[in-house]
Amino acid sequence: MSILLVAIGGFAGANARYFVGVTFNRVDPLRPFGTWIANITGSFLLGFLFVATDNNLLPSMMWTLLGTGFCGAYTTFSTFGTELVSMLVKKAYRRAILYAFSSVAISLLGVFIILVIY
Amino acid sequence: MSRASTYSLIVFIGLGGAIGATMRYGVALLFAEQSFPYETMIVNILGCFVLGFLSNHGSIKKKLPQPVLLAINTGIIGSFTTFSTFTVETIHLITDQIVAGFIYLFGSIVFGILGSFAGYFLAKILCKEEEVIQ
Repeated sequence: MSILLVAIGGFAGANARYFVGVTFNRVDPLRPFGTWIANITGSFLLGFLFVATDNNLLPSMMWTLLGTGFCGAYTTFSTFGTELVSMLVKKAYRRAILYAFSSVAISLLGVFIILVIY
Repeated sequence: MSRASTYSLIVFIGLGGAIGATMRYGVALLFAEQSFPYETMIVNILGCFVLGFLSNHGSIKKKLPQPVLLAINTGIIGSFTTFSTFTVETIHLITDQIVAGFIYLFGSIVFGILGSFAGYFLAKILCKEEEVIQ
């Protein structure tokens, strides 16, 4: 059952990430706003889902579907890493540092606040 | 893009997403007993390597039809790796065992990027060999 929930969430999450990417990613030069938005918003969403589940406001099946399935697929580390490599290979060092740092810092800060408030 | 091709793209990417997420879940089950999030680190680093390779391999990109490429890259690999789980786990770990937390944070990023680079270099090497053979 869990596998089905993860798969369904993954179906939706991957598509959500794709369409956010198509809408906001810029290619030349590489400015992956879409991946950036998806990773940050997905992290925030997972933080909320965790707090809800932890406080028994959300059944664990919903956590599996929306958290593991959707958020796990909506966010991506591989695309993030590949985009960084593309920037570094083109010697866009400042852009790479900004992209990496902001993706991680904003996500961590937001999730920290969410987890700490509740 | 026609409506039919949009729908089929959604199916291609969605099936890839279902597969990638399920694979990630499978790996997580293997490490369920561990307190350190090895499963997330493994899927992220491995996924970075594979995507780094596929994204930079010229002839694979040329030979595969676009929906298939998207199903594999955006669908499977993109969903196999996760940034959200990494973020939440980092906060949990840092507030619980701070050293382990920072090892996880920096280890994931550093080895993830190195994995992407390794895939990139391998793709470039193999593509050069193909050019030489032809």
